[in-house]
Amino acid sequence: MKSKFLIPLLIFGVLVAFLAIGLNRNPQEVPSPLINKAAPAFEIPQLEQTNKMFSPESMKGQVWILNVWASWCVACREEHPVLVELAKSKIAPVIGLDYKDKRDDALAMLANQGNPYLLSAFDANGRVGIDYGVYGVPETYVIDRAGIIRFKHIGPISADVLTKKIYPLVSELKKS
Amino acid sequence: MIPEFGHYALILALCIAVIQGILPLVGAHQGRREWLILARPAAQTVFLLLLIAFLCLTWSFYINDFSVLYVAEHSNSQQPVMYRLGAVWGGHEGSLLLWVFLLSTWTILVAQLSKALDEFMVSRVIGVLGLVISGLLLFVIATSNPFTRLLPAAQDGRSLNPLLQDPGLVFHPPMLYMGYVGFSVAFAFAIASLLSGRLDAAWARWSRPWTTAAWIFLTLGIALGSWWAYYELGWGGWWFWDPVENASFIPWLVGTALLHSLAVTEKRGGFKSWTVLLAITAFSLSLLGTFLVRSGVLTSVHAFATDPKRGIFILIFLSLVVGSSLALYAWRAPKSTMGGKFSLSSRETLILLGNVFLVVSAGSILLGTLYPLLIDALHLGKISVGPPYFNSVFVPITAPLLVLMGIGPWANWKNTNLLTVLKRLWLAGLVAIVAGIAIPLTMGEFTWLASLGFLLAFWVIASGCLQIIRQAKTGKPTRSFIGMQFAHLGIAVFVIGVTMVGAYQEEKDVRMSAGEKVSVGGYQIQLQTVKPVPGPNYNAMRGTFLLSKNGVSEATLYPEKRSYFTSTMPMTEAAIDIGLTRDIYVSLGEDLGDQSWAVRVYYKPFVDWIWGGCLLMALGGVLAISDKRYRMKLRKQTS
Repeated sequence: MKSKFLIPLLIFGVLVAFLAIGLNRNPQEVPSPLINKAAPAFEIPQLEQTNKMFSPESMKGQVWILNVWASWCVACREEHPVLVELAKSKIAPVIGLDYKDKRDDALAMLANQGNPYLLSAFDANGRVGIDYGVYGVPETYVIDRAGIIRFKHIGPISADVLTKKIYPLVSELKKS
Repeated sequence: MIPEFGHYALILALCIAVIQGILPLVGAHQGRREWLILARPAAQTVFLLLLIAFLCLTWSFYINDFSVLYVAEHSNSQQPVMYRLGAVWGGHEGSLLLWVFLLSTWTILVAQLSKALDEFMVSRVIGVLGLVISGLLLFVIATSNPFTRLLPAAQDGRSLNPLLQDPGLVFHPPMLYMGYVGFSVAFAFAIASLLSGRLDAAWARWSRPWTTAAWIFLTLGIALGSWWAYYELGWGGWWFWDPVENASFIPWLVGTALLHSLAVTEKRGGFKSWTVLLAITAFSLSLLGTFLVRSGVLTSVHAFATDPKRGIFILIFLSLVVGSSLALYAWRAPKSTMGGKFSLSSRETLILLGNVFLVVSAGSILLGTLYPLLIDALHLGKISVGPPYFNSVFVPITAPLLVLMGIGPWANWKNTNLLTVLKRLWLAGLVAIVAGIAIPLTMGEFTWLASLGFLLAFWVIASGCLQIIRQAKTGKPTRSFIGMQFAHLGIAVFVIGVTMVGAYQEEKDVRMSAGEKVSVGGYQIQLQTVKPVPGPNYNAMRGTFLLSKNGVSEATLYPEKRSYFTSTMPMTEAAIDIGLTRDIYVSLGEDLGDQSWAVRVYYKPFVDWIWGGCLLMALGGVLAISDKRYRMKLRKQTS
């Protein structure tokens, strides 16, 4: 008879256990359908050299990193120093995809904060972003020699993500 | 200097709150009067200190002190004064400060207004509230200090999210928090009575007005939030079953159950342990809501910045508060005596049944809200639960509630003959059926769901009218009777609004250039011009639309598309022509080039009845609190 009064406490205990697990999981982290698929092809002008085009095809044969960014994106500024560090490590070329941006603003930001990108492709109307399923800037992709997307990160990459996920993955991909 | 002053006040408030939380409880337990009487002065001091802290933060916003990190992140110098002040609770740190401040406000209200109550009881209540305040203050000071300095100071601030720069949003959080936090009083009364072992009718009588007050604030807060979403988000919806919305709605449902259960405990001495459990649950769910909103375990349109440290802290706090209360409940509640006996057909049974429906619907919404988290925690994948689940679960559970609402007030306590009750209600049934058939037909399209909505709403209204007639024959109705009628009428009005909008709204997305017309719901809307208009901290494109019906012009509407200087996301400011029986809603979309614009227009019949219903419910609550019964008791016991 008395034990029924314990039921609420037990239910609550289970709830807390789930909440505790939930805290360590990231609800923003949605598995991308693009993982282990070929990176969608595109060919658009570059940001700095407007008369040149960029296409992922040209990166075939090397492991590279695609980073979606924009000058209007606050989180990208937060991420920027980490990218600069990534570029300095020279572990893999970083290509930027400047998403729905104004050319002058984008160039100004790179001039002010340093340019971690080998080059940036200029996706003015966000057409390429749609193919890549970009729904929040910044986003980062690791693409292997065969042009297959191996990893996707939504939101700013932290130093933690860089050392724990991106570095090991890139060096492993380079070996294979 | 001022921010340090506020910070210092916060720390002092924590120290005093610990005293407020421990000494009166221990004093009451050991019968030490000299400890017990510290409760009131301690509560007053905490309140005063938190008031100072709150004013310090407000002042920092007022004078644009961008050397305070929180100010720099949520306000800038171009922001109008009203929104600078609203920004005080526009972010995480400030809204927690508001939470604690309001909790302390409730505490001193209890301290001041319960002078007639047994001293041991009041001290325990204040003590329990003191413990909750201490925990939250520790959280604020340790992980979310709003007074953290930013050195060197920022040139200018980052500005409040433009979405939040709206009068509705200035008042929405305080209202909602008053409600959330207000359940802490019912909670504290429940814990105090468990501690003292005095679970009786007096306890219920004392916590009833407090619970009602909290419920009123919560009702208004939720309504205000929904109204804001409706006109500000530009999506034309009024409820999205978003986790954060659910987090406020679940305590509301349980609070509503608590209100009714308290009535039984007060009048008949029954349901004691159930009522206590509801009181604990209502506040626990408020805390859980805070956890869900503030920890970022769920994704939501209310995208708050999150920090895992904060999540862990709230979770520990939540476990301590709720876990210890439920343990106390498991220990003490079995000792509570049974109330007066009642038969299966009685008002008690009907209220209990209503309670079950309310709790089940709260539970199913909680389940839907937490389901993505549960599935993720079990490594079964990532899913999201949307409106289809909530609508299909909520409607069937709520429909019987409305049926009960029409019958319950007719039943007698203890024992009633349901057959005679139903015989008295034949007229209400007839009205409901006629309404359920006639209204959908006159609106042009018959759907079963709409029919059900009108049937239930008119059932409640007609039953209410009959009750009023009966009451008028026997004598002057009490305020609490009128209050109940208003609240139930509010529900019916709300249901009519929801049904009308759900079944008969019209929506059109069109491409328009100047001079073009679109017609919706029998109205014509003509785009005249789109012109740039400067605002205080944004630039806007403003459309001018002429609304007319059958060639007679009715209104001019000015929807805007704003770009705030500090944000790149353009904001849609919809224009709404409000009417008793319909809203016309125009929002200006993207510029499509060659002088044409994407325009979205809605015809929303009876949509304002949704919020009107909520207002009526809140008014009902106000009337119930002002009932003579509570004042008489107060006078008798003070004299």
